[in-house]
Amino acid sequence: MSVPDDEARVIPISSAPSFEEPEPLARLLAFIRRRITGDYEVDEFGYDAELTDKVLLELIRPLYHHWFRVETVDLKNVPEEGGALVAANHSGTLPVDALMMQVALHDEADRPLRLLGADLVYQLPMLAHLSRKTGHTLACREDADRLLRKGELVGVFPEGFKGVGKPFSERYKLQRFGRGGFVASAIRAGVPILPTAIVGAEEIYPKIGDLPTLARLLGLPYLPITPLFPLLGPLGLVPLPSKWMIQFGEPIRTDEYDAADADDPVLVFHLTDHVREVIQQMLNELRLRRGPAFPPFF
Amino acid sequence: MTHTVLVTGVSRHVGARMASVLAADPDISRVIGVDTVPPPSLTRDGGISLGRTEFVRVDLRSPDIAQVIAAADIDTVVHMSLVSAPSRSAGRAVMKEHNVIGTMQLLGACQRSATVRRVVVRSTTAVYGSSPRDPAVFTEDLEPHDSPSHGYAKDAVEVEGYVRGFARRRPDMTVSLLRFANFMGPGVDSPLTRYFTQPVLPTVFGFDPRLQFVHEDDAVEVLRRMATEDHPGTYNVAGAGVLLLSQCARRAGRPSLPLFEPAFRLLGDAARRAGLVDYSPEQVRLMSYGRAVDCSRLESELGWKPKFTTGAAFDDFLLSRGLHPLGGVRH
Repeated sequence: MSVPDDEARVIPISSAPSFEEPEPLARLLAFIRRRITGDYEVDEFGYDAELTDKVLLELIRPLYHHWFRVETVDLKNVPEEGGALVAANHSGTLPVDALMMQVALHDEADRPLRLLGADLVYQLPMLAHLSRKTGHTLACREDADRLLRKGELVGVFPEGFKGVGKPFSERYKLQRFGRGGFVASAIRAGVPILPTAIVGAEEIYPKIGDLPTLARLLGLPYLPITPLFPLLGPLGLVPLPSKWMIQFGEPIRTDEYDAADADDPVLVFHLTDHVREVIQQMLNELRLRRGPAFPPFF
Repeated sequence: MTHTVLVTGVSRHVGARMASVLAADPDISRVIGVDTVPPPSLTRDGGISLGRTEFVRVDLRSPDIAQVIAAADIDTVVHMSLVSAPSRSAGRAVMKEHNVIGTMQLLGACQRSATVRRVVVRSTTAVYGSSPRDPAVFTEDLEPHDSPSHGYAKDAVEVEGYVRGFARRRPDMTVSLLRFANFMGPGVDSPLTRYFTQPVLPTVFGFDPRLQFVHEDDAVEVLRRMATEDHPGTYNVAGAGVLLLSQCARRAGRPSLPLFEPAFRLLGDAARRAGLVDYSPEQVRLMSYGRAVDCSRLESELGWKPKFTTGAAFDDFLLSRGLHPLGGVRH
């Protein structure tokens, strides 16, 4: 259902004709009307672009700007259009880094980010549909290929749970990168891989312990102990306000390979290792550049 | 070339429309419609004129169908008689027999026939199941992670197995297998259309599944092309795009009632026992994880795409039932 151009005319707000943007109130009312009547589009993965931009990202933008003061570096490396695969380090106990990277790319590079998530996400109530509505989907070969073929910017965290759930003592040390499925997808689609470093997420929930038995009972990959959680209860869920930086590295081209090379394990491992080294290098430099996590204290 | 077409399942809406479209085609010399019950009468139940279709009442589970095929020199068989919900009186066992044994009998008769050249079988996208571990969009070649283990979807998986076996044994025949998304439109009466006309829509808490519909007009057009042209293979058929369940509820102007999954299951069971709705366990999975399919294979094969998107098909259904969102009709 397309939204007619004369949308704003339906609700007469002021007698003074406006030749610029429709008035904020008229736009808000039109938005509410569309939401109530179901007159909006979601794509085949369930991505609701309007809801994401106007509501869901709006909720986390204060966190992005004021709490973590996220600074982006080398946004010019993000292609303006066409498929590309963003591969980033994963950390922070809860995947807040995924949200911040999405805000960065959505707002500053004007590219919706389509992340590939673990199947656990799609089994859990609430998370399952919020994840789809914000544009993300299951980490599987078919979905990755489909999104890249459509020219989307696809994001992956190759470390997975190993990265996001690692102890604080191992901060900024990249974990093992799975089997390199993301590299194979990039090769099949012939799209560049964008190595990306996120600095700051490691300090938001410093994981100093783990409750493995309880985690298994709850069906979670881990249940962290941080200096504030579970000590302070729900209050312990407030992330520490570390200073963040996100750097997008030089794209690594894959278009010189043949699509059939995606099935060559040696080549895929080699390229995966290369991406990993580049991200680790970027992390080390960016961490130095950021300085203390909680300026001006420590 | 003269055609004699056999259509099964003509006593239900899409089957009846299919028979009437074929009956109106001058290139087709005879249309024979079969079903276990006679078609609804035109005046009372909103039945559809079957035109010059000759109706034969046959229980597909019996070998009688072979006699019909042998006696009438049939060259094209369109098998639409797949029951999607157990009837209140007969129950699930009869439904399964009808779907699976009925298909076996029909395919057995086709295999022995010297005249049949083309077989078109209606299946469903429910064969892909619904799972949080499967890709968002199914293509025809995808093997689902959790194959359906209940009800209609399981029947369809078994039916497809027999169709594939049949196609292997009779490679000279053109066998088309059509996986339809849920039918939607003014004349469709299915568990899903009945669900949307309830005053309150129970949903599974924390989930908002993607749904896909195919308009009855498009379904009939696809079947017509498959029955009159050679398009061997398996094809997904669905309107472009998806609707979320929440979006459907908003468009229908119906409040939704989120229930925790066990409560949703209990309510569904209770409603089924009370005879209020036809409800089957695999619908809980659909209502949680949703499903979407890719139709590019059908579109490139036919050089045609469904006229109604999923959204337009649903809107047409709402219009026919007088349902509209809060605050009046959209547009």
